[in-house]
Amino acid sequence: MNWKKFLSEYGTLVVLLLLCAGFSYVTVEKQWPMDAKAAKELVGKTQGGTAMILVRKGGEGQDFADALEQETQARGIALIAKAVTDPPGARTALGSIGQRLDIIFADKHMSSFCNEYLADLATNHPNLTRAKVFTPSSRTWPNFLKLENLLNILKQISVVAIIAIGMTLIIITTGIDLSVGSLLAFSGVITALAIQGAGGESPSTSHLILGAAAGILVCGLIGLGTGSLVTYAGIPAFIVTLGVMFICRGYSYILAESAPVPIANADFDWLGRGATLGIPNSVLLMAILYIMAHLMMTRTTPGRYIYAVGGNVEAARLSGVPVRVVLLFVYTLCGLLAGLGGVMEASLHVTGDPKAGNLVELQVIAAVVVGGTSLAGGSGKITGTLVGALIIGVIRNGMNLTGVEAHMQSVVYGVVILVAVLVDRMKTKFQ
Amino acid sequence: MPGDPKIPLLRMRGIHKRFPGVHALKGVDLDLHAGECLALLGENGAGKSTLIKILGGAQQPDEGTLLLEGNPLVVQRPQDALGAGIAVIYQEFNLVPALTARENIFLGQEPSKLGVLPVADERKKAKELFGLLGADIDIETKCKNLPVAGQQLVEIAKALATNARILVMDEPSASLSQNEIEGLFRVIRSLKEKGIGIIYISHRLDEIDTICDRATVLRDGGFIGTSKVGELTREQLIEQMVGRSIDQEFPKEPATVGKTLLAAKNLNRGKMVRDVSLEIKAGEILGLTGLVGSGRTETARILFGADKPDSGEIEIDGEPLNLRSPQDAIAAGICLLTEDRKSQGLILGQTIRENFGLPNLGKFSTQGLIDQNREREALKRHSEKLQIKMTGPEQPAGNLSGGNQQKVVLAKWLERDEQIFLFDEPTRGIDVGAKYEIYQLLNQLAAEGKGILMISSELPEILGMSDRIVVMHEGRVKGEITDVKNATQQDILSLSVA
Repeated sequence: MNWKKFLSEYGTLVVLLLLCAGFSYVTVEKQWPMDAKAAKELVGKTQGGTAMILVRKGGEGQDFADALEQETQARGIALIAKAVTDPPGARTALGSIGQRLDIIFADKHMSSFCNEYLADLATNHPNLTRAKVFTPSSRTWPNFLKLENLLNILKQISVVAIIAIGMTLIIITTGIDLSVGSLLAFSGVITALAIQGAGGESPSTSHLILGAAAGILVCGLIGLGTGSLVTYAGIPAFIVTLGVMFICRGYSYILAESAPVPIANADFDWLGRGATLGIPNSVLLMAILYIMAHLMMTRTTPGRYIYAVGGNVEAARLSGVPVRVVLLFVYTLCGLLAGLGGVMEASLHVTGDPKAGNLVELQVIAAVVVGGTSLAGGSGKITGTLVGALIIGVIRNGMNLTGVEAHMQSVVYGVVILVAVLVDRMKTKFQ
Repeated sequence: MPGDPKIPLLRMRGIHKRFPGVHALKGVDLDLHAGECLALLGENGAGKSTLIKILGGAQQPDEGTLLLEGNPLVVQRPQDALGAGIAVIYQEFNLVPALTARENIFLGQEPSKLGVLPVADERKKAKELFGLLGADIDIETKCKNLPVAGQQLVEIAKALATNARILVMDEPSASLSQNEIEGLFRVIRSLKEKGIGIIYISHRLDEIDTICDRATVLRDGGFIGTSKVGELTREQLIEQMVGRSIDQEFPKEPATVGKTLLAAKNLNRGKMVRDVSLEIKAGEILGLTGLVGSGRTETARILFGADKPDSGEIEIDGEPLNLRSPQDAIAAGICLLTEDRKSQGLILGQTIRENFGLPNLGKFSTQGLIDQNREREALKRHSEKLQIKMTGPEQPAGNLSGGNQQKVVLAKWLERDEQIFLFDEPTRGIDVGAKYEIYQLLNQLAAEGKGILMISSELPEILGMSDRIVVMHEGRVKGEITDVKNATQQDILSLSVA
């Protein structure tokens, strides 16, 4: 395989990796890890004696303190106090130590607190005079590459990436769907209202599921309607979905009476905020949907039919492809996925917000185009769209980490989209 | 008017053109005299298109010289060619469909007076040009509403409007009916009288005899030779083009006609198909001919379910068949090989394998997943049998030559084991060697007892390959010829023109 072909196949992936490498390089910083491994290392430094755990509140603080507690127990160190608190709290906690203290396990913040105030405190509290502060050793690591940050990127792109699956299929058939942002809001509002209607003040889990299903199904039906207008009435998809976009946005506000609709059960955040085995549920859902969509597009008859319809609609029809069914399918699927995106967004805020999803359609289209799907139809890959969504997510995240202000971010997005289209042009030239 | 008759209008010497991996032209010589029509012959891929692209300024030669009336000529851009009086009419017309004939003729060279288009002048000149061509065309008709022959006349007028002295025509007769071709020849003759040199590319040898003075033959990018028309026999010309001798142009084998597979009764659709009845029988090649626009293609599309008839019935094996879509027709064992392979037969951007698999996916799938290996194996079987020349199953279908594209379309239907084959212009745009292979395939299918409907405008082909001929005119079946052996082109022509 020569380099031209390699670039045209994997160009976007290369861009993604370069971006990751670049943002890693510029976000390298000293890190004070606060994970189980750091706790083990920290406790391992000590020889025994009486110990106290002192960690600042917030972030990973509680988890770190718990990890330290487990380690001290495992190594038989006598733990006489554990405080996850702020500086005034630390002062109180240290002051109330009732026996001689040898060791203080502290995180980075509390260790600098101790450096400053421990000597002072010890003058009033002789128990503290022999106490020695232990802090995890620092290491140099890019902020960008922290697991937490990477998961965060995936979480942030999940809604756009999931809707982009549907958009990819539509664009492959030479269509477009501008209504997905409005559908997202519509779905959230319908879901919230349905939960309110069915469950009243204290909806049960089954009410939540029913509500979510209602939101998704309504959007699926709207997608079917869009598809019918495109297929049977022959109206260009751009126009149909432009109309649907305004209609759905308007009805979102009308139904929600212009205010966010609250969902009276905090469990509803399972999809948007919950995690399974350390991975956010929204990211898991995205991964599952991408695997399924990839299989469908590469290995099944519907996938082949979608490419065929996009490649040459007349030749596809004359080869026995049920063109209308294929078109109805892609628009319905895109509607369903936009509905699902709406439920995810509503779950994140435990609210159905008619303002949600503003301009999301353009982010979705950008992800698809950056991912190498041609607006001329017939070609495009699901994996490409995922890479496209990742590129956009990584750029946003990287610019946030490096403090690029919002308006400049918008400029950068624009440039990325144009470059992506240029790459696509070159690709066709090479072939 | 012609200058010194000894100096050719155009002389090309030792033209070489290399593309990555391909030596497309290997030292081609060409002379064109004023007032002559020179045939440029060769199979697809022989280098004809590259040569005329060089002449038209679309590509530059790597080596070689061009002389215009003895003076060196450098053509780097299409504008240079136009400036030198060279106009190329490509097979795909270069007209803006939404503009009128007049607007198209003067597109890009509006003689503006103070920025205002002198419409009256344009009208006058356009009328003159069409008068010169002996064509009766309303100059204010939008090009999309003109028939193909009319669009071609607009192209010719457009070339003449630039004062072209050299006119290159790439397969101008490919989408014209017999009548329209006669009209084209009249135009060419009058252009010759005016001293214009014409390079004429065509696969139809009988046209060369009629209209051309000399013929230059290319093969595999090499220059084979130039001869006066009539100097060489038809067989010798074919041999030069193909590189081997072909015993017979139409290798027709005797048919064993079986039962009726498909019967169409009183089909009607708008003005194009009126009260058409015909029968397709097992083992028989039914030739369907008539002028372009006589309703042949439209009839085939109805038989394939691509268009719905207003009325009429279709029976398969004596059972009535309700066709709502091509899917129904395919399920009933009917397949259509369209006239226009590029826009209707194949998905050019997809691979050969994907095109081949499209109607056969159910067969290659297990539990909803397509087994690409099974798909590839099936394709391999057919590509060996049909001798499809391809680099592999993953080659884009758009890169194949016309004949091989036709074979891919055929392969996908053979894999489905269809019973009735509707061929619409099966050899259009296909070179002589590949034509021969397609004819042999037609024979083979007939011998296997399939029913074949072959639509063609080429009368020698219709006469040479059919067992029975149906002639259409203005949407109606005008007559049937059962004694094909003793029929002549005249018999068909008299049926096809009212």
